[in-house]
Amino acid sequence: MSDLADFTVTAAAAGLRSGDFSSVELLEAVHKRAAMTEANLHAYLTIDRDGAARGAVAADSALKKGTAHGPLHGIPVALKDNMVTRGLETTASSKILSGYLPPYDGTAVTRLREGGAVIFGKTNLDEFAMGSSTENSAYGPSRNPWDPERVPGGSSGGSAAAVAAGSALVGFGSDTGGSIRQPAALCGIVGMKPTYGLVSRYGLIAFASSLDQIGPLTRTVEDSVAALEVVGGHDPADSTSYPGAVPDYRSGLKSGVAGLRVGVVAELNGAGIDPAVQAAVDQTVAQLEEAGATIVELSLPSIEYALSAYYLIAPAECSANLARFDGVRYGLRRLGENVEEMMSNTRADGFGPEVTRRILLGTYALSAGYYDAFYGQAQRVRTLIIQDFQAAYQQADVLVSPTSPTTAFKLGDRTQDPLSMYLSDVCTIPSNMSGDPAISVPIGVDADGMPIGFQVMAPALGEPVMFRVAAEVERQAGFTVRARHASSEVVT
Amino acid sequence: MTYEPVIGIETHVELTTASKMFCGCPVDFGAPPNTNVCPVCLGLPGALPVVNGRAVEYAMTIGLALNCTIAGRSVFSRKNYFYPDMPKNYQISQYEEPLCVDGYLDVETDGTASRVGITRVHMEEDTGKSTHVGVGGRIADASHSLIDFNRAGVPLMEVVSEPDIRSAEEARAFVAELRGAVLRLGVSDAKLEEGSMRFDANVSLRAVGAEPFGTKVEVKNMNSLRSLQRALEHEIERQAAILESGGEVLQETRHWDEEAGTTTGMRSKEEAFDYRYFDEPDLVPVEVDDEWRTRVAGALPELPAQARGRYLEMGLDATTAGLLSNDVEVGLVFEAAVATGADAQMVANWLTGEVTALLRREDTTLGATPIDGSVLAELSAMVTDGQLSASAAKDVLAGVLAGEGRPAEVAASRDLIQVSDAGELEPVIDGVLAENDEAVAKLKEGDEKVIGFLVGQVMRATGGKADPGLVNQIIKARVGGG
Repeated sequence: MSDLADFTVTAAAAGLRSGDFSSVELLEAVHKRAAMTEANLHAYLTIDRDGAARGAVAADSALKKGTAHGPLHGIPVALKDNMVTRGLETTASSKILSGYLPPYDGTAVTRLREGGAVIFGKTNLDEFAMGSSTENSAYGPSRNPWDPERVPGGSSGGSAAAVAAGSALVGFGSDTGGSIRQPAALCGIVGMKPTYGLVSRYGLIAFASSLDQIGPLTRTVEDSVAALEVVGGHDPADSTSYPGAVPDYRSGLKSGVAGLRVGVVAELNGAGIDPAVQAAVDQTVAQLEEAGATIVELSLPSIEYALSAYYLIAPAECSANLARFDGVRYGLRRLGENVEEMMSNTRADGFGPEVTRRILLGTYALSAGYYDAFYGQAQRVRTLIIQDFQAAYQQADVLVSPTSPTTAFKLGDRTQDPLSMYLSDVCTIPSNMSGDPAISVPIGVDADGMPIGFQVMAPALGEPVMFRVAAEVERQAGFTVRARHASSEVVT
Repeated sequence: MTYEPVIGIETHVELTTASKMFCGCPVDFGAPPNTNVCPVCLGLPGALPVVNGRAVEYAMTIGLALNCTIAGRSVFSRKNYFYPDMPKNYQISQYEEPLCVDGYLDVETDGTASRVGITRVHMEEDTGKSTHVGVGGRIADASHSLIDFNRAGVPLMEVVSEPDIRSAEEARAFVAELRGAVLRLGVSDAKLEEGSMRFDANVSLRAVGAEPFGTKVEVKNMNSLRSLQRALEHEIERQAAILESGGEVLQETRHWDEEAGTTTGMRSKEEAFDYRYFDEPDLVPVEVDDEWRTRVAGALPELPAQARGRYLEMGLDATTAGLLSNDVEVGLVFEAAVATGADAQMVANWLTGEVTALLRREDTTLGATPIDGSVLAELSAMVTDGQLSASAAKDVLAGVLAGEGRPAEVAASRDLIQVSDAGELEPVIDGVLAENDEAVAKLKEGDEKVIGFLVGQVMRATGGKADPGLVNQIIKARVGGG
């Protein structure tokens, strides 16, 4: 039998149900893979050996009794370490939360547990999800399974590396400006950001509340659907949660794209995009046309300003969201002469440089006298972006672009120049600003053998059509090559 | 020069909802420290707020009672500042789009009516409570501080008045009226000393007749109606003295020191906080449709002004009517007694006199005593029927409050029932008349004054139990004079 660690979620779930192997065996395979890859990749901050073992035994027992339910039942899952897990250390890769044991599970985590998923461990990220390379982790960077000299992308780089390397069958991340899709693209896997509000944020350590969204990192589009089916849906504990029923994502997966209008966004293709990346994207667009889609060239002029507006709104929200880390109630505490000094020392020592930079940026953007020119203006830009998207979706069913302007870059290449790092997310940020869903699907590799991601964007709650097009992209690309660390191909 | 004070008042009211503003934790002030807490009100990483619909309804109730417009859409914002007992280091409050706007409250100050505009009523959350452990109980010389987060997230409502108030007395009357409304509406226990209702005042002076406002000073830390009035009187004098001497009032926040009877500067305008308000992204706007608004408006209870009007119509004097209408608990007991036939003024006098004095002395509430409408009705009937004298009735009341039983039982056990039986009284009266020839003679001559003396002698002879009215009648009949 092939190595179980290389199974897709869908294949593994089928194997579990038919009794070909057990959840315990599947977990063992993932442990073995992690033992092989972790020294190089550092995808995980914590592997919950005991909890995962209990989870697998319970999953097997439910399978035997026939009470198993849900597409992730018995499947080892990796969680980004900004998703709070009861009794399991949750740090958001920050020194300020070193040793922090949350007293509760977030809603997505609860749904995973209830769905029988086996929580394998907590993955590395850029501190508080701020970054595009996973180099901003207080616990050291993660590395790309395709080339450990290169970054896995970020901020959900740990989950992306784990899924690409086979040390998890499915990972979860959070996407504020591309933090699921960009690392998925750089690691050659599928990464999906749902419509804002589709997955509860309760229990996700907030970076920028109006932009954050939990989503899956998987090896296939179908796995992405399976993962979303488990964690999605209304949650009364999140006031911004979408109240309606969850649509059927699955039925269109094999429908193809004939008759669909695919919009190529002028502002996100061509200029500023690595030629090899653009060539692969163009080829995929041609394949979609070949498969019966109508290609529409269109322009969303305001998204030229999306990156600038994002770097005002996200830091502004984070400056408030991260104010609670003060050493008073939990996490790191650095004493001082008085309480102000204690809070100040704790924060100065507990936050890394990128987090500090964004808190300062955001505090400034909200300050009296600057609010209107910065935060206020950024909100107006956001409104224009939403309007541009709405107009574009009158002309096209989905919009497409590269996911990232480049493939994975070398560690250290962009750490000295924050702006070059920020540009990594230029293609992904617009969908966060509009609150719409988007997915990255791997379509090939560049001359260095590094994976290239193709982004499919859809209007709010347009996941069914987004998945439908993504599935066609996946079929056309036939991308089943595995990362260098894994010897075999993905087993579907 | 003569100056005119310009005063606006901001009042915070803790709402007595069952659960907190943004989570399901109970609002319970007696609980041991840090027991009514959860990830949300502790500001744990990842926790999110959800608006308590009942708190919105309570705030709407206040807004409607204050004649405000209820906004169809209102928005929560984050007010950012660091303080150790504030779990998130921002307070969720309402800023640019509050729930209620543009209302007013009519108040009466020493018989003069005035209308104070209400700028807005908005919702927010309370902070935790710090206890500074060390020499003076102040943060500066504390060795460490303890924080109880049971109060963190308790719903607060802030009522902001227009700068329409023109004297310290009017300010006091405004807060008293507002407190009465809050109590009548049943949305808060509004205890000033315990801080479930607290207020800050903005004060400035301008020359009488001048249009523009002077520089305003915010005065904090008044925790009773009396200290509000004293603090404002002091602040008005302080500012007048500065202006008189040609100085300029500094825009600042000042702290009222109850013992010293003075205000001291806390921070100036330059040091004022920049709260960096922005819309709370974890919440969606609060939408109030006509149906909801109408339902809340329909369920509004009677307000103090309306109750006062009714009490005046019952024949009560203005002071008594005011006292009864501002305390809904007392007012309701009063109404229950009157409904069963008690004498309104008599019951009102007991409630605002003996009963209120006792409640204050014992630091308790009416509900914790045996006094209710039926007790007062019974007592009132005993006086009206001549079984009890007015002074004996007060003794009975004290006995009831002391838990000695119903009025009839207390009157019997304390031996306070009047003798109203003529047959029983006549021999005693005859004896008194026989012993007081001189007085009887004067009475016969038409000197009415001596009848009081004779009645007094009978009262003494009966140990105070004779019905004085009846004694009076019998004496007149016997002597035949006058």
